[in-house]
Amino acid sequence: MFFPISNTHISPIYLAVVGFLIGILGGFFGVGGSFIAGPALRLMGVDWNYAVGTDLAHIVGKSIVAARQHRSLGNVDLKLGFIMAFGTIGGAECGAQLIQALKRAGNVNMVVSWVSIIVYFSIAMFMLWESQKTLRSDKRRLPRTHTGLKGAESKEDRSAFGPVTQRIQRLKLWPTISLPTSGIKISLWTILVVAFVGGLFSGFLGGGAGYIRMPSMVYVLGVPTHLAVGTDLFEIVISASYGTFTHAIKGNVDILIALVMHTGAVIGAQIGAVATQYFAGPKIRLAFVPLPLIGAAIVIYTLMTGHKL
Amino acid sequence: MKKESAKNLRTFAIELAVYAVLVTCYFFLVLHLLGNWLFHLETQHRVTYAIVALLLIVGQAVALDALATLLFRLLRGRWR
Repeated sequence: MFFPISNTHISPIYLAVVGFLIGILGGFFGVGGSFIAGPALRLMGVDWNYAVGTDLAHIVGKSIVAARQHRSLGNVDLKLGFIMAFGTIGGAECGAQLIQALKRAGNVNMVVSWVSIIVYFSIAMFMLWESQKTLRSDKRRLPRTHTGLKGAESKEDRSAFGPVTQRIQRLKLWPTISLPTSGIKISLWTILVVAFVGGLFSGFLGGGAGYIRMPSMVYVLGVPTHLAVGTDLFEIVISASYGTFTHAIKGNVDILIALVMHTGAVIGAQIGAVATQYFAGPKIRLAFVPLPLIGAAIVIYTLMTGHKL
Repeated sequence: MKKESAKNLRTFAIELAVYAVLVTCYFFLVLHLLGNWLFHLETQHRVTYAIVALLLIVGQAVALDALATLLFRLLRGRWR
């Protein structure tokens, strides 16, 4: 199939399959999946600028489907999502400005690559340590005869990092916001800082930065994992829409490719969202660990070979 | 339990097949017709293109989500 906007020939089946796989990841983990979509589009000869912008457009569609599914399962905190969207957009703009400053200094690739490797690796290692520690303590606390979880039981969420999270929640910085859906009361500034940092990485490293926002919602804000996944997706709808609009104006979006990819993502996102119901929070966090590591591996490959995937 | 899993898998395969047929028709009817118009819009009127692009992806998300949900309900209702 010929896509005139980006001037490329790509099989629609390939695009739908890539969309399907990213849809599953997005629905299950609440990430945009840009670390797979970008290289997958590059592999088919799509220019880098089109890969970035088109991926964002596809993320909007996929996140709408996954967020709707999560909302029907009671996994979306709308109030938190709206507040976070402001911080994310501000952070994304600052990240983009930082990139421009580094471009002027002439060492953007090296700095971005090393920062992303360190960030990806740290998140993966921290989540591996925390989820395993939580699962071990859960096993000692509640010896189970079965492993299959469904519905409310799977949403019971504990974290080995919990005491630190509680200390953050106790910070009385005015104004304090009550989030009944997530079951927390926290300073507005903490939410905005978390969202801003996520947005900063999104603008700096590209993609939706769900690999940073989802864990920070769990560990810093204390949002239960299932709600963090759903709320992150809802928040991605707003921030990725903004990103799509700005990229489209700059001529970086082939909407036809995004529409075809999205046909596969619809089914994948629904499967991923429903699958979260069968896993407890620490297990979702443990399964999340390979994602940032894949991101780090792609950056290391790019650094070593000089080819941008 | 195994019987139920096989039944669910069969229903899911039918859902995917029906969905694939509908989406293929959509590729040829809608995307093929829209291609040239969107290309022209992208080169001539970027702001309009940006708005149309967003509307298209949001509209498709809502429409396909409704279609997939409807298919799931219809087929699961029939096979149960």
